Amino acid sequence: MTAPITVTVNGSDRQLAAASSLLDLLAALELDPRAVVVELNREIVRRPNLEATRLHDGDSLELVHFVGGG
Amino acid sequence: MSTEDRGGVDQPLVIGGRTFRSRLLVGTGKYADNETMVRAIEASGAEVVTVAVRRVDLDRTKEEGMLYHLDPKRHFLLANTAGCYTADDAVRYARLAREAGFNEFIKLEVIGDQETLMPDVAGLLEAAAILVREGFQVMAYTNEDLITALRLEDAGCAAVMPLASPIGSGLGLINPYAVRTIKRRLSVPVIVDAGVGTASDACVTMEQGVDGILMNTALAAAERPVLMATAMRHAVESGRLAYLAGRMPRREIAVPSSPTTGMLD
Repeated sequence: MTAPITVTVNGSDRQLAAASSLLDLLAALELDPRAVVVELNREIVRRPNLEATRLHDGDSLELVHFVGGG
Repeated sequence: MSTEDRGGVDQPLVIGGRTFRSRLLVGTGKYADNETMVRAIEASGAEVVTVAVRRVDLDRTKEEGMLYHLDPKRHFLLANTAGCYTADDAVRYARLAREAGFNEFIKLEVIGDQETLMPDVAGLLEAAAILVREGFQVMAYTNEDLITALRLEDAGCAAVMPLASPIGSGLGLINPYAVRTIKRRLSVPVIVDAGVGTASDACVTMEQGVDGILMNTALAAAERPVLMATAMRHAVESGRLAYLAGRMPRREIAVPSSPTTGMLD
């Protein structure tokens, strides 16, 4: 068993199993991939690539969606 | 109101090659609850509905997301870059918004000052140029300065959005002359964005000949938002019709409406 990794998600640190994918992360957070846009280390990750994109220790993620605004 | 009702005088609002059914565009912020927001949007008759891009709150229910409340098939979701103070930030938010997958339109805001929320026009022009190059249909929130509006048009913006007065102020149309001048000089649609407080403000704004109005707080902060949304729908249509009708000249002296002849001895 590889040591877990730490990533920053929306400003807070989270521990994940090594080699977790972005899709794994969204599932763990109970987020619908169709309702969230993912930015990994300032680069947008398109939906078709969520499963193939593996996370590494120290990665920084932003998970965004639409909220009320003018 | 249909084009036929206007005797064929009016053309539909077209922005970036897309036709919209209402000249009233509304925001989704600051409502007391989502049910009121949905009913107000319905009552306003607006097709274009603005949304902001923010972090998912991982500690709260997912239902805070706008897509739980608005059907993207019924409403045209126009994402904004509200809260961005640099061109880089605005471009970042715009790219994230586009990735959400609804359309290429972005309501571009680059704010320069926290107290007044006035736009940083240098940052605005910089971000507009980048986003136009990337294929966005940019609708740029700006002040009522003609030169900035012309520069935004030159940069390829799909619409220019001068303010009536500061965001959320409800002060109404402070500088009708400037907004009218912008409308006269630009070829792209001019949508007044921000500052409208009540129906008369909306009506007067439309009477300047602008192509539409975007408002949020005027509805969300009204005592009865759904009723105000109805009032605004009528006001925008009335103002548009009055503009098309062409108002009578202003006179400094009275002119009788009834015949001055045929009076009794």
